[in-house]
Amino acid sequence: MSAKLLHKEKWSEFTGRLSGKNLWAPAVQGEVKKFVPVAEGETVSLEGGNTTVPPKALIFPQTETLYRFSRGEEEPEPPAIDEEMVLLGVRPCDARAMALVEKLFRWDFDDPYYLKRRELTTLIGLACNEPEINCFCPSVGGSPASTEGLDILMTDLGESYLLEVLTDKGKAIAGAVEDLLEEAPAEALKQKEKLAEEALAGIKWSVDPEGIPEALPQLWEDPLWERVSAPCLGCGICTYLCPTCYCFDIQDEVEGSAGRRCRSWDSCMFAEYTVHTSGHNPRPSRRERTRNRINHKYSYFVDKFGEIACVGCGRCSSLCPVNIDLIDILRQVKAAQ
Amino acid sequence: MKNYENPYIPHTATIEDTWYETAGDRCIKTFKVVLDDPAVRESWSHRPGQCAMIGLLGVGESMISISSSPTEKGYLRFSVLQAGKVTSALHQLEAGDKITVRGPYGNSFPVDDWKGKEILTVGGGIGQAPLRPIVEYVKANLSDYAGLTTIYGARTSEDLCFKGEFGEMEKIDGVCCHLSVDIEEEGWPHYVGFVPSLLMEVNPSPENTIAITCGPPIMIRFVLENLKKLNFADEQIYTTLENRMKCGIGKCGRCNAGSLYVCKDGPVFSYAALKDVPEAFA
Ligand SMILES: Cc1cc2nc3c(=O)[nH]c(=O)nc-3n(C[C@H](O)[C@H](O)[C@H](O)COP(=O)(O)OP(=O)(O)OC[C@H]3O[C@@H](n4cnc5c(N)ncnc54)[C@H](O)[C@@H]3O)c2cc1C
Ligand code: SF4
Ligand code: SF4
Ligand code: FES
Repeated sequence: MSAKLLHKEKWSEFTGRLSGKNLWAPAVQGEVKKFVPVAEGETVSLEGGNTTVPPKALIFPQTETLYRFSRGEEEPEPPAIDEEMVLLGVRPCDARAMALVEKLFRWDFDDPYYLKRRELTTLIGLACNEPEINCFCPSVGGSPASTEGLDILMTDLGESYLLEVLTDKGKAIAGAVEDLLEEAPAEALKQKEKLAEEALAGIKWSVDPEGIPEALPQLWEDPLWERVSAPCLGCGICTYLCPTCYCFDIQDEVEGSAGRRCRSWDSCMFAEYTVHTSGHNPRPSRRERTRNRINHKYSYFVDKFGEIACVGCGRCSSLCPVNIDLIDILRQVKAAQ
Repeated sequence: MKNYENPYIPHTATIEDTWYETAGDRCIKTFKVVLDDPAVRESWSHRPGQCAMIGLLGVGESMISISSSPTEKGYLRFSVLQAGKVTSALHQLEAGDKITVRGPYGNSFPVDDWKGKEILTVGGGIGQAPLRPIVEYVKANLSDYAGLTTIYGARTSEDLCFKGEFGEMEKIDGVCCHLSVDIEEEGWPHYVGFVPSLLMEVNPSPENTIAITCGPPIMIRFVLENLKKLNFADEQIYTTLENRMKCGIGKCGRCNAGSLYVCKDGPVFSYAALKDVPEAFA
């Protein structure tokens, strides 16, 4: 690992240079903050909180073509995935989420769409100096300055950014803007450590996940599921905008003699997700669906891949229209244990 | 960059023959198909109990049990109940038409571990489709097994699949066949009543026996109860689960029962393995 310093007066030159590399960065569009492409000469600001839409949307698009087909032609044609991409300002939780989801997309069958995009993408992270109200990443193995999944971690030091270059992909980026960077002095690293500690101390929510994966199957019939799911509207926001949710639907679209098979985000919070053709639904109500969402993240994924499939970004709690709070659910699980 | 194989892209296959097993608005049609690409045909190998995603470009795909046994070479058989969009579109097809196939998917019945044992299949309706490859496999390798008993029922004699095959089976030494219909009908020489009751009537010994049951959920529930009454241990009982599926390869998420993905960890489970899985029988 090497550490570099980027003075903020060189910021626009830095982003300008990267914009030639298919650069994406957070921007507010209407009420939603999300990653958007950065055109040459456009200014990029990393101020403010995390994006509403997690950067998973760039690796695992909300809708994507699996392949195109046309009558008379034998071979379905998958789209070429060959464009490199640089994401600037990815939060440590969202980068960790990509590392977790990758386990699923590598499990037994490789998913070429996800894996190729992931390989073509360089993640330049931004440490969270000021965690938000619902953040709880340390409870689930992360931290506001975690480097997992990132190629470069940037920390805002006030007058400058510290760039910790973590991987070969990170090196390639640092190499391309070498003349804008200088070696980071020892006190820059010290300052970063201090900011990381302060950020950690600034996190208000916590839950000790110890015992939760084992407790959940025991609490299958517990009245808590009825209680916590009662206000749920089944809107699916908690899953669509969760960086570790990856469920998808597959549908065909046809126009004339040609068409495409595509996949799009789906949600275990929807009734249609599990309903059989016969009309029978193994998860008939919000109770079963909420129970599945929590069990999947805090028990099933742990069974399969050894880790909790939640990075503590707090989006599900912040964005739920009826204020269903994950930490509250987890605490009720612990209390019922 | 690594060159990944694309598991979502299906093979094409040509329908060599197709016929109706049953009539009515939820009729069952069997398709005998041959994979078009000779290399794919050569390398294809499946085990009894495995499934495949079959479909039509522009319509969709459905998970269907491969109802032919690996001992039937050169073609694959699928028996499809007309249910919704994809299965109805499949029912429109005739010999010479093309379908898409990807697979084989899922685990299989551990037929090799069962060598030396008596095999008992208990099926209802379309549930005989995943059982047929076991029946065919054990028949083709009968000297490896202690015997084969098939119990199979449907609403009426019109609703029984693979009707023509049972008469032949009866003639084989070591093979027993018991058929039933739910309601009395003229000229029906076999049992009248539900499959779980026929099971009690047949009264199989659990001694050195493996029981495999597939069918509608309600039938499975009572068959399991009755097998327990007959003193079958949980480890001697196998069944298959059927959940809604899209990808078939453990990615899209929807087919889980507890932490198990039915498309990858299943569809075949021993009752011992399923008993403690939440939502397995939901
Ligand atoms: C392991 C397994 C083996 C099966 N074997 C057979 C078989 O041998 N013969 C047979 O006739 N049927 C079988 N089925 C059921 C068959 O897959 C469904 O009846 C079929 O997918 C319904 O699709 P549809 O488009 O006609 O119905 P629609 O209701 O229009 O289906 C919409 C979509 O929902 C999904 N879906 C709906 N119901 C089911 C279901 N019960 N199981 C799986 N996916 C579903 C499919 O992806 C389908 O594309 C099996 C299912 C599973 C899981
Ligand atoms: S479950 Fe909630 S807190 Fe956890 S990663 Fe998903 S959106 Fe973030
Ligand atoms: S965001 Fe809230 S209301 Fe919407 S599905 Fe999730 S828990 Fe239910
Ligand atoms: S069908 Fe997609 S995960 Fe099982």
